[in-house]
Amino acid sequence: MVEQTPKIGVRELRLSYGQHEVLHGISFEILRNEIFGIIGPAQSGKTSLLRAINRTLEFTAGARYSGSITVDGEEVGKVRNVYELRRKIGMVAPLPVGLPLTIYDNVAFAPRMGGIRQKGSIDDIVERCLRQAALWDEVKDRLHTLGTRLSGGQQQRLTIARALSHQPEILCLDEFSIAIDPVTTMRIEEVLKELRQQMTIILVTNLVQQARRLADRTMFLFEGDIIELDRSEVIFSNSPAQQKTYDYVNGIFG
Amino acid sequence: MTPGRRHLEPLKEWLIERFIWLCGVSAIFFVFAIFIFVFREGADYFFSGFKAGEFFTSIEWYPTSRTHVRYGALALITGTFSVSFLAMFLAVPFGLGAAVFISEFCPPRLKEGLKIVIELLAAIPSVVWGFIGLTIMNSLIVRLFNAPIGLNMFNGAIILALMSVPIIVSIGEDALKAVPDSYREAAVALGCTRWQMIFRVLLPAARNGLLAAVMLGIGRAVGETMAVLMATGHSIRIPHGVLEPVRTLTATIAAELGEAPVHSDHYQVLFIIGILLFTITFVINITADFIVRGIGRK
Ligand SMILES: Nc1ncnc2c1ncn2[C@@H]1O[C@H](COP(=O)(O)OP(=O)(O)OP(=O)(O)O)[C@@H](O)[C@H]1O
Ligand SMILES: [Mg+2]
Repeated sequence: MVEQTPKIGVRELRLSYGQHEVLHGISFEILRNEIFGIIGPAQSGKTSLLRAINRTLEFTAGARYSGSITVDGEEVGKVRNVYELRRKIGMVAPLPVGLPLTIYDNVAFAPRMGGIRQKGSIDDIVERCLRQAALWDEVKDRLHTLGTRLSGGQQQRLTIARALSHQPEILCLDEFSIAIDPVTTMRIEEVLKELRQQMTIILVTNLVQQARRLADRTMFLFEGDIIELDRSEVIFSNSPAQQKTYDYVNGIFG
Repeated sequence: MTPGRRHLEPLKEWLIERFIWLCGVSAIFFVFAIFIFVFREGADYFFSGFKAGEFFTSIEWYPTSRTHVRYGALALITGTFSVSFLAMFLAVPFGLGAAVFISEFCPPRLKEGLKIVIELLAAIPSVVWGFIGLTIMNSLIVRLFNAPIGLNMFNGAIILALMSVPIIVSIGEDALKAVPDSYREAAVALGCTRWQMIFRVLLPAARNGLLAAVMLGIGRAVGETMAVLMATGHSIRIPHGVLEPVRTLTATIAAELGEAPVHSDHYQVLFIIGILLFTITFVINITADFIVRGIGRK
């Protein structure tokens, strides 16, 4: 094995909104260049977990956590430059948030913030990211129209392109395919398989089959606790360690 | 629901639609009615003796002279524009800055307090502001700048700025509040700082509302009468510096209308000034509208 330090380490993480505890002290590690699947029913705390990792949780008044989250061995709560941390992480939210900018500017936003000025290199980044998000062909003739005028699924792919634009080391996809048709989803999934050469991918998904197709390891989160974490072959086999996992994966839950 | 009442539904719908239509149309009607009334008061003179050339290019305003009657409004027009422009120059950055502070940086407790204070400020009657200009600002300006008179363009502009800032702040803050948090979070998740987020995402997203805030501020400045009448020194001349007294169009109407014999030339010219003011605000609003649409199209 080559991985000495995990890409992300989570230890005894308790997370709450006010009095309401959402994660009850979970611990796990995400390895470099793996696709890490997270499955679990609604309200199990998946989105909250991602927001704690890139420290956008702190924009919600009353949200707190205890325990430790490390990225590259560094405690996220104590990093000197939180902007650098966030630039390391590309985040795709479940509902697409097209910034009120043109398609081009949406994707060029982060590179420009990062100080890239030459139009040529920004053009290249925009094209590469839109291609990776399987959106280029549909928008290449209207790059300078508002991103918010795209269809829901197109906007979602635009946010994927945007998340890739600052070349993150970690890509968090939170139910990215909710609004995307199956054919396009497949195309993006192919791209994800290639991207894992360059980055670590966290794939939160309600589509159990998607985790099975893509994830190297999958974590089953239920009401704020980890029920099971193992290689995907095991989780999705006929005999995972927990009966609950089997029930959830096979849709005979509850 | 009984069948009988269901039968009435289309009628009810129709009545409601008509009623709303009437409300909308009556607003337009009133604006036109006011315009026509004001115009009619000045119309006789406008079509017979009115010299547009003199009105717009001469600074000689001698409406009550026996032998040398002149209606040159250039100094008044300059007065209105210079005071309003200076006021906006002071009020817009302050107002927008305060709006950003309140919506983005302010702790919640302080925010409530500030909003109450700002609403109170917006409710101060203009005579009170004029009084402040006449007394406090007056002596302050004389002392600070060694100016011969404290009642001048600068004084009027400060008073107008103080009057428009609360409007700009409260409407501007509403506009910023209306920007969904998801925009802020998405921008921040891309690794930009708070300032970058504010300048690149928040302000562009709220631009229409912010522009409306500024327009209302300008509207208040251009239309304000009492405070500028009291604070600007009320002397007819083209100012060469901010510390010189000026007179505005509105103040002229307020000061002279009571003394001008009804339907005299003087009286009618004052109504023509009213039309001019009407036109100025109209042009400003149309321009703002075009700006908003121009940016929004892309
Ligand atoms: N901003 C917030 N304020 C208060 N409570 C919140 C907030 N966001 C989430 N929660 C609560 O935290 C719990 C977990 O929510 P979270 O969004 O993390 O779940 P999830 O696993 O992502 O669910 P889903 O699959 O529906 O997206 C829920 O009970 C929710 O009510
Ligand atoms: Mg979620």
